[in-house]
Amino acid sequence: MTTTPPRPEERPPLDLSGKKKRQASEQLVKYVLVACSLVTVATTVGIIIILLYEALRFFRDIPFWNFLTGSTWTPLFSGSQQEFGVVPLVMGTLMTSVVAALISLPLGLGAAIYLSEIASERGRSVLKPILEVLAGVPTIVYGFFALTFITPVLLQPLIPGIGTFNGLSAGIAIGIMALPTVASLSEDALRAVPRSLREAGFALGATKFETSVRVVVPAAVSGIVASFLLAISRAIGETMIVAVAAGQAPAGQSGGSDGWWDLTESMQTMTGFIAYTFSSDISRGTTAFHSLFGVGLLLFFMTYLMNLLSQWVTKRYQEEYE
Amino acid sequence: MSTSVAAAQGSEQYRARLGVRRVLSEFWRWIFFASTALAIVLLGMLLYSILVPGLPWLSWHLITEMPSRIPEQAGMNSAIWGSIWVVLGSAVLSFVLGLGTAIYLEEYAEKNRWTAFIQTNISNLAGVPSIVYGLLGLVVFVDLMNMGRSVLAGAFTMAILILPIVVISAREAIRAVPSSLRQASYGLGATKWQTVRSHVLPVAFPGILTGVILAMSRAIGETAPLIVVGGASQVLFRPGSPTDPFMVMPLQIYNWTGRPQPEFEHLAAAAIIVLMIVLLIVNSLAIGLREYFSKKTRI
Repeated sequence: MTTTPPRPEERPPLDLSGKKKRQASEQLVKYVLVACSLVTVATTVGIIIILLYEALRFFRDIPFWNFLTGSTWTPLFSGSQQEFGVVPLVMGTLMTSVVAALISLPLGLGAAIYLSEIASERGRSVLKPILEVLAGVPTIVYGFFALTFITPVLLQPLIPGIGTFNGLSAGIAIGIMALPTVASLSEDALRAVPRSLREAGFALGATKFETSVRVVVPAAVSGIVASFLLAISRAIGETMIVAVAAGQAPAGQSGGSDGWWDLTESMQTMTGFIAYTFSSDISRGTTAFHSLFGVGLLLFFMTYLMNLLSQWVTKRYQEEYE
Repeated sequence: MSTSVAAAQGSEQYRARLGVRRVLSEFWRWIFFASTALAIVLLGMLLYSILVPGLPWLSWHLITEMPSRIPEQAGMNSAIWGSIWVVLGSAVLSFVLGLGTAIYLEEYAEKNRWTAFIQTNISNLAGVPSIVYGLLGLVVFVDLMNMGRSVLAGAFTMAILILPIVVISAREAIRAVPSSLRQASYGLGATKWQTVRSHVLPVAFPGILTGVILAMSRAIGETAPLIVVGGASQVLFRPGSPTDPFMVMPLQIYNWTGRPQPEFEHLAAAAIIVLMIVLLIVNSLAIGLREYFSKKTRI
C-alpha cells in the first residue's frame, strides 16, 4: 500500500493547481457517504410503508377490529371456513415467549452473576467462550434440537401425551437460544459496577451472596432489565425454532388441544405462520397472502415496542459511576 | 449486668444468624454455578443430538450431490453453492454500505438530532425480527425491482439484514483509531478524505474486516428471510448467475427436517454438522485475521 516518498531534493516544487478539483472530489465523497447512511433510514421507512400498505389491503377485506379480536385463524382454508382472527397466533407467540423467558431470564442472570462475581479468572476464560458458542449456533439447529431431542427424549417421559409438535419444546429451545444474550449483556452490566461498591458491602459485614444480590445487582439493574427485554423481543421474533418444532396448527385449533394455553399441543406463532405459508407456496393477491403482512405489521410493532422500552430503561435507570 | 447479658444474647443471635447467612451464601453460590453449568450441559445435549444421528450420514456425496427424493443419494451441493453466492454477495454489499455509513457517522457527521436519529435507527434495525426483512425483500427486491426469487434478491435482503452489525463494528474500529494520526495528516496539508482514506481506514481495516466476517457468519445461519424471498422448494442445480434461483444450507436443513421419513432427519443432522463446520472455519478466520493484523499494525 505505502509508496516511499521521494527524497526532498528530488521533489518538484509544490503545486496547488489541483485545489479546485480536490475540493470537488471532497464534496462528492461526502455525498456518497451521506447516501450510504440514508440506506439504513430507507430500510426502516421501507419496512413501515410496505407493511402498512400491504396490511391496509388486507384490512379492506377483514376489518381491523375483527382481525385483532377474532378467535379463529384459518387463512389457508377455503371459502366460508376461512377466518382471520389473530388471537390464537398472538397467544402462541406469547405462550412460547413466556416459556422462553422463564428459562433464559433466571438462568441467564444466574450465569451472569456467577461469571462476574464468583468465578475465578480461569473459570471465566473457559465458561465465557462456551456461552459464546451457544450464541453462535444458527436457530434452525435449535429447531432441530427441539423436534428431535427436547420433545422425544426430555419431555415425552414427563408428559406422556405430548404431541410431536408442541409449544413447550419450542419455548424451551428459544429459552436456550436467548440464554447467552441475557448472560453476556447482564454480565457486562454487573462488571461495570465499580469495585468500591462491593468492598463497601464486605466492610459492612455482608456475605458474598448478600453483596452480589443487594448491592451489585441493584446497581446494574438498568443493564439487566434491558437484557431481559432484548431477550423477550428476540423470543417474539424467533422464527425457525417455532417453524420446525411448534407445529402448523394455531394454539387451541389442533385435535387434542385443550385451549390457547395448552403447551403440549401444536401452537403456531405469528412468525411460524409467515414462514410456513411461504414454504408452502401461496398464491399472490389473495386475502390470505395479504394477511401475512397484517401479521407482520403486528409482529413488527410488538418487537419495536420492546426495543424502545429497553432503550428507555437503559437511559432512565442507568447509574453513572466515575 | 443486664446490658452485658443483652449484649451476650445479641452476639449469640448474631452468631446464629451469621451461620445461616454463610450457608445461604454458599447455597446460592451453587445455584449460580448450576445455572452456568446447565448452559454447558444443554450445549452438550445439543451437540449429542446432532452428532449421534448425523455422523453416520456424513459423507463426501453429501457435499457433492444434489438433493434427491432418495435419502441415500441426496446431497446439499446446490445449497452449499447457493450459500456461497448469497453470503458473498451480501458481504460485499453490506461492506460497501456499512463502511460508508460508519465513515460518515464517525468522521463527517455533526452532532445534531439527525445524526442521533440515524444512530438510534441503526440500533432499532438490529432488533427487527429477521422474517420482517424477508417481507421487505419480497416486496422491494423480488417484486418492485423485478429481481424475482433470485440469488440477487437473496443477497440484497441479507445485506440489509446484516448492515446494522457491519455499521456498529466498523464504527467501533474507526473510533479506536487515535486522533493524533488524523492531526498528523491534517498537519501535512491532507484533506479530510485523504486523511480518512490513507490514514484512518488502513488502521481500522482489521477491525472492519472482523466485523464483516462475523456478520457473514450470521448470514450463513440465517434462514427465515430466505424462506420468504427464495421459497423453500428444491433447487437441483448450483446457481450460475445472479439471476438464478437458489437454495442455502439452513434452508436445505429446514426442508429435510420437515419430512416424515427418519432418514431425512438423519440427513438434516449431517447437514447441520457441515453447516457448523463452515461456521467454525469462518469464525476462526475472523479471530485469526484479527490476531494477525493486531501484531502487524500496532500503534
